[in-house]
Amino acid sequence: MVKQLVMTAAAIALLGGCASSSSTLYEELGGQAKINEIVENFVHEIEYNNTILPYFADTDIDRFIQKFAEQLCVFAEGPCTYSGDTMEQVHGGMNISEADFNLTVDLFINAMNKANIPHPLQNKLISRMTHTRKQMLYL
Amino acid sequence: MRLTTLIGSVLIVYSGIACAGDGKLIGTAGLNQLEGAGGGGIVPWATLSGYDSQDQISANAFITQVNLDDYRLNVLGANVSLYDRVELSVARHAFDLTTLGGEIAQTVYGAKVRLYGDVIYSDWPQISAGMQYKDLEDTAIAGLVGAKDTTGIDYFLAATKVHLGAVGGYNLVWNLTGRLTKANQLGLLGFGGPDNSDYELMLEGSIGVLFSRHFAAGMEYRQKPDNLGLGEDDWMDVFVTYIPSKNVNFTLAWADLGSIAGATGQKGLYLSVGGQLW
Ligand code: HEM
Repeated sequence: MVKQLVMTAAAIALLGGCASSSSTLYEELGGQAKINEIVENFVHEIEYNNTILPYFADTDIDRFIQKFAEQLCVFAEGPCTYSGDTMEQVHGGMNISEADFNLTVDLFINAMNKANIPHPLQNKLISRMTHTRKQMLYL
Repeated sequence: MRLTTLIGSVLIVYSGIACAGDGKLIGTAGLNQLEGAGGGGIVPWATLSGYDSQDQISANAFITQVNLDDYRLNVLGANVSLYDRVELSVARHAFDLTTLGGEIAQTVYGAKVRLYGDVIYSDWPQISAGMQYKDLEDTAIAGLVGAKDTTGIDYFLAATKVHLGAVGGYNLVWNLTGRLTKANQLGLLGFGGPDNSDYELMLEGSIGVLFSRHFAAGMEYRQKPDNLGLGEDDWMDVFVTYIPSKNVNFTLAWADLGSIAGATGQKGLYLSVGGQLW
């Protein structure tokens, strides 16, 4: 039975290996057009969320859209450079709670769903964003 | 009775202070294992049972049935999870001897503390330590098979991690638990016995893949002691879980529990429904 478990783990590891290809996540997602669509949907999700919207009360939304899209492009290894401020500079002072962070990720997932991003690509993109969490929680 | 009192009092104490928990990502709160702890199906995990984050609390209830060839285990349980830090649980076991006739009941009280990390976001796995106090009510059969005690405490340390997009883009979850125990068949056949009455370290593991935000599948393995000399086997199961919302989850598993009290090859369906009440 231990053997079965080890074999399943091995099979899973193999599966993970097979799925990797040479194209970047940026290309897999569908390039800048798809990233812009996600960001647009995300802004709509925030607009309709009473918990997250107040954080953006004084925000220049056009700037946010531009910088956030740039950042997603960089996370997905696209041909962009991020010209915005650091995550600490931007989110410091907001005292973002763990619950609100996770809620924002939920909204981001909704935004990706509405842009028809396949589940595996959603996970890959999220996995490249999560390192920012410790740069903004409770700061 | 005790069960409702526990939930009731905890809810009353905390209802004024914190919001209900929905601060975790769907599917990441896990399920409720047989002994009442947040976990997989048969293995306690480092994750706490509810969707509460650091500023929230949650209360959960579940019902599980395992239908084996000669036995049926019914479990009714509840737990509260406080600020994603502490989990308190209670589970009631009614073990029907469907072939021989009769029933064995026991209650398990559990506590778990998250020591480190976040199952998704921290670099290292989430780590929790826990204990389960087991109080066997129907002690006759445990006495008959030579068990030393009718109450016992298990201690465990669990590590759980979700790897985002790790399996071809799908999220992988694994858990490894080390348990110090004297329990025979969860404690239903008492604690300790003629072959051994000391604590032994048992390893338990789970591995699963989340195929979407609502479906997961995987398997679990739980090592068991053989204190009674009746050839108690390790347990394993293969499961699929459906999580339509943060409020409810359904699990269907195929469990192979091996030899129980001399009746070999005990296999069957494991069904569980759990929900977040608060
Ligand atoms: C995965 C996590 C996150 C990432 C990668 C991220 C990224 C960004 C980026 C790139 C900007 C634009 C920076 C600039 O203008 O220079 C931004 C701005 C902003 N973010 Fe985030 N963010 C995240 C989570 C959150 C959360 C959880 C909240 C609040 C609940 C939040 C609230 C804001 C606000 C209010 C602004 C606008 C700041 C301003 O008006 O200057 N962000 N974020």
